Amino acid sequence: MITAFAIFSDGLVYAAYLFLVAVGLTLIFGVMKILNVTHGSFYAFGAYGAATAVGIWFDRGLSDAGGFLFMVGVAMLIGLVIGLILERGILRLVYGRDEVVIVLVTYAAFLILEDVIVLVWGPRSYPAYQPMVSAGSIDIGELTLSNYDIGLVVLAAALAVAVWWSLKYTRYGRLLTVVIFDREVAAAYGINVKVIYTVTFIIGAMLGALGGAVMAPKISVTLGIGVEVIVLAFAVVAIGGMGSIEGALIGALIVGLGRAAAVHLMPEIELFVIYAVMALVLAFRPYGLFTQPAPRKI
Amino acid sequence: MKHLRWSLALAAGLTLASGASAQQAAAPAAPVKLGIVSFLSGPAASPFGVPGRNGAEIVIEAFNSGKAPAPYNTVGLGGAKIEIKWVDEAGSTAQVVTEFRNLVQRDQVDAVVGYISSGSCLAVTPVADELKALTVYFDCGTPRVFEEKPREYVFRPSSHATKDNTAAARYLIAKKKDITLFSGINQNYAWGQDSWKDFNAAMGVLAPKAKADKVLFPKLFQGEFGAEISTLLTSKSQALHSSFWDGDQESFIIQSGARGLQKRMPYVGTTAESAIWRLRDKMPDGTIIGARGAHGPLAPDNALNTWFKGIYMDRYGTPPTYPSYQMALSLLGLKVAWEKAQAAKGGGKPTTDEVVKAFKGIEYDSPSGKVKMALGNGHQGIQDTAYGTYRFNKRTNQPEVVDIVRYPAECVNPPSDKSAEEWIKAGMPGAKC
Amino acid sequence: MLTRANLFGALVFVAVAISALFLPPWLVSLATIAFANALVVLGLVILWRTGLVPFGQALFYAIGAYAVALIGRYTPIRDVFVVVLAGAVAAGVVAYVIGFLLARYREIFFAMLSLAMSMILYGILVKSEALGSTDGFHVEAGSFLGWRPQGALRNLALFWLVLGFCAIAAWVVGVYFRSVAGSMAIPMRDNEIRVEFLGLSVDRLVHLKLVISGVLAGIGGALAALAVQHVDPQMAYWTTSGGFVFVTVLAGAGSVAAAFVGSLAFELVRSIAVALLPGAWQLILGSALLLTILFLPEGLGSLYSRLRRKPAAPKEQPGGPS
Repeated sequence: MITAFAIFSDGLVYAAYLFLVAVGLTLIFGVMKILNVTHGSFYAFGAYGAATAVGIWFDRGLSDAGGFLFMVGVAMLIGLVIGLILERGILRLVYGRDEVVIVLVTYAAFLILEDVIVLVWGPRSYPAYQPMVSAGSIDIGELTLSNYDIGLVVLAAALAVAVWWSLKYTRYGRLLTVVIFDREVAAAYGINVKVIYTVTFIIGAMLGALGGAVMAPKISVTLGIGVEVIVLAFAVVAIGGMGSIEGALIGALIVGLGRAAAVHLMPEIELFVIYAVMALVLAFRPYGLFTQPAPRKI
Repeated sequence: MKHLRWSLALAAGLTLASGASAQQAAAPAAPVKLGIVSFLSGPAASPFGVPGRNGAEIVIEAFNSGKAPAPYNTVGLGGAKIEIKWVDEAGSTAQVVTEFRNLVQRDQVDAVVGYISSGSCLAVTPVADELKALTVYFDCGTPRVFEEKPREYVFRPSSHATKDNTAAARYLIAKKKDITLFSGINQNYAWGQDSWKDFNAAMGVLAPKAKADKVLFPKLFQGEFGAEISTLLTSKSQALHSSFWDGDQESFIIQSGARGLQKRMPYVGTTAESAIWRLRDKMPDGTIIGARGAHGPLAPDNALNTWFKGIYMDRYGTPPTYPSYQMALSLLGLKVAWEKAQAAKGGGKPTTDEVVKAFKGIEYDSPSGKVKMALGNGHQGIQDTAYGTYRFNKRTNQPEVVDIVRYPAECVNPPSDKSAEEWIKAGMPGAKC
Repeated sequence: MLTRANLFGALVFVAVAISALFLPPWLVSLATIAFANALVVLGLVILWRTGLVPFGQALFYAIGAYAVALIGRYTPIRDVFVVVLAGAVAAGVVAYVIGFLLARYREIFFAMLSLAMSMILYGILVKSEALGSTDGFHVEAGSFLGWRPQGALRNLALFWLVLGFCAIAAWVVGVYFRSVAGSMAIPMRDNEIRVEFLGLSVDRLVHLKLVISGVLAGIGGALAALAVQHVDPQMAYWTTSGGFVFVTVLAGAGSVAAAFVGSLAFELVRSIAVALLPGAWQLILGSALLLTILFLPEGLGSLYSRLRRKPAAPKEQPGGPS
């Protein structure tokens, strides 16, 4: 019983983490059809920015709740700036090129940004644990759960609802949906696809940075955290269906619960459970769980 | 030197680019070129690569200015100043081997000092022997380097990983005599798997009644350990063994600290020392601290240690962690061997073969105590080691390691004729404690 | 025209083979690995011409390498020709089997599924403690039909071996590109249904391409294992696959020769970057890639055709409306 509960709660926490990491990636893919490797850099910059912000805030002895908001704010600001620079400075030049070429452009940008991190922050790690520690914990039976983890689950759920709501009920969201559905028709109806692209990429970058920021207090922010996140996010997004927000949510839940079950019940398979799930899902649903296959054009 | 024209141009361009032309710089004695390989990027840079690099930088500066304490106060290596060629260890094994060849064949270094990943060491070893290039490993831990085959040009003064785990088992049992249940969490790659294997086997020998409960191997650099912590919370283990390092170690301690895991079972960290200066009061009191040897706060109180800690603090503002110590003792070993070879031939630059001959089996002092090149036919060093218990001193606001127990080298290392695994399985015969 | 191209290719290979005698040994070693990797890139070029880009080609590369390493560990067979062919066969068989699944996928889904496959192999290799887990293990030095060269001579012999395989592969792939199955690549990328109307099965054509590229990657991995004398699971990791895709785009899909030039250029740029700026070589590498994509849209291979003032072939199809 306690194990079942533990699998459920651990799975939710991990799923929240995966969703926060994957949502920006799937949004950019859905709108722009770009598999964005730079997403790992957004995550890393968010985490580094957050760690720096936490350092500044708590050194002054300011209040805990404000520290969390300050940390998230700084990280998202960094995401905004980098997203803008990348989209306007580089991506704009390669729109219309082969999809793979664009993936490679983001990969090149990722390599460059990895070294920019070293140049800015140096090759040392940054702890930012204050928000996690000050959040405290609660006991449920034998288990002790961290309030910060519970907060993450709530945040992820809120973010999922917010994204879904804005896609459905805001003007910009509806425009996005049109572009996702058919970019040429959208352009033909006079939607300014260029602006939509820029805004979407920046939002995606800010979401990536947000993922890094909220994870920063749990981890030690160090070089190479971006690389780890990229494949994980790719896997989640591929399972759920590239470009689908519901897909990212369901993908995150499947992977999160699957991994938690593996750790508790069969630790030896934990290492490749994510990829096994991905291969299985793709074998039966080639386009992921939540996307329709594109019509074949004659 | 009959090169085709274009190849000549290419090669010349590369040599120029790599700064090899600086070789001709006039000096009293031609400088000695050292290639130093360490992680300068990637996740291993901050915990190992950069402390190792920093250690090399200040020790070589001290050598070159002749300011290291006696008996290391000669200039450079036997009077010749040292020139450094830095190389990043990050990349695939093929790249690591290619860069090693470049150092030896293109840059013509006199010796290579470096390597953190055990995979790099295993791959470079046969190439070093093939090229007859003097190579000194400073950090990689796998015992396989000298156990698989006798080696000629490869040396490792810092001891391998076996002693970390046998000593951890001894310390844990001394602290908790009635231990019946323990768990382990180690990264799912060779280092983590080997560490757990050695620790578990040593526990089997020293405390046959104690059983391993949860044996967890999360992915390397996983960062999120919620499920692992829940699993451990449901266990009645009295101790948790871990060979986690840097990012994973700090993430795990923060996350498990927030969920009160260490109140139930203390953390036995074979590399925990590298985390104490950053985690400070977030590292729970009672954590059992290892430093892959008697390094850092576990180092003995001697003049070399005081000197090394001093120059490191002055330059970098934090105390040196164990990779810095390992780099320092590797360079000291190279210096001792080099100067011994030079003395044997009555001055002048010794050849690689002369240094290799002189290196075998030497004993010398280092900031972390005496190093004896006792294993692997005189190529592998052993050292005393130590474990301690963590306490954050609220009064001085500084981390402390107390209850330090020292283990002689012969207590926690296998004898020269047995592999580490066989020796532990056989019940650690001949261990002098 | 065809024979002239072949003759020219043969001359270049002979010239490169002879020049190895006069090159510094480190450059020969670097070129050995570069050309072994070029075989993987050649396989990727075949797929890319159809619009397919696998992010898991390291799967076959690792299988070829591990086949060689395992034969050296568990059998007395040492002949390099036998072990490399064994690596090729092993990779080919795996490519054939998973091809039944993979050949049904296109675009990013093809990329992701092949990524999943290679990551599963990576997971299994990391779990195999008997094989050294992530540390990997040593690959026995091979013999060349009974001849066992040592030291520098061995490196030269290996270089020529790699070059020999490259020559054969380049010729075979050249023939394939001109065959019916091979020349369908661009039509398939543009519109699969039209190709099917010609009476050809697209899935089968893709399956064939997968097997060819798998075999090439297997040979590349086998040769790399012999050259490095060490194998480890990193060879199956996605960053290795990413590296191959990187070189493929750098080289361009224009010609067979581009794969070799691109691979050599990549290794040289990386090596120089590491030597110049040990702390920021990724920045140089990334910038080089970015500049290539921006200013040489068809890859390094197009430089040659540009110099000859001819449009590069095949023409890149814009990814926009179709």
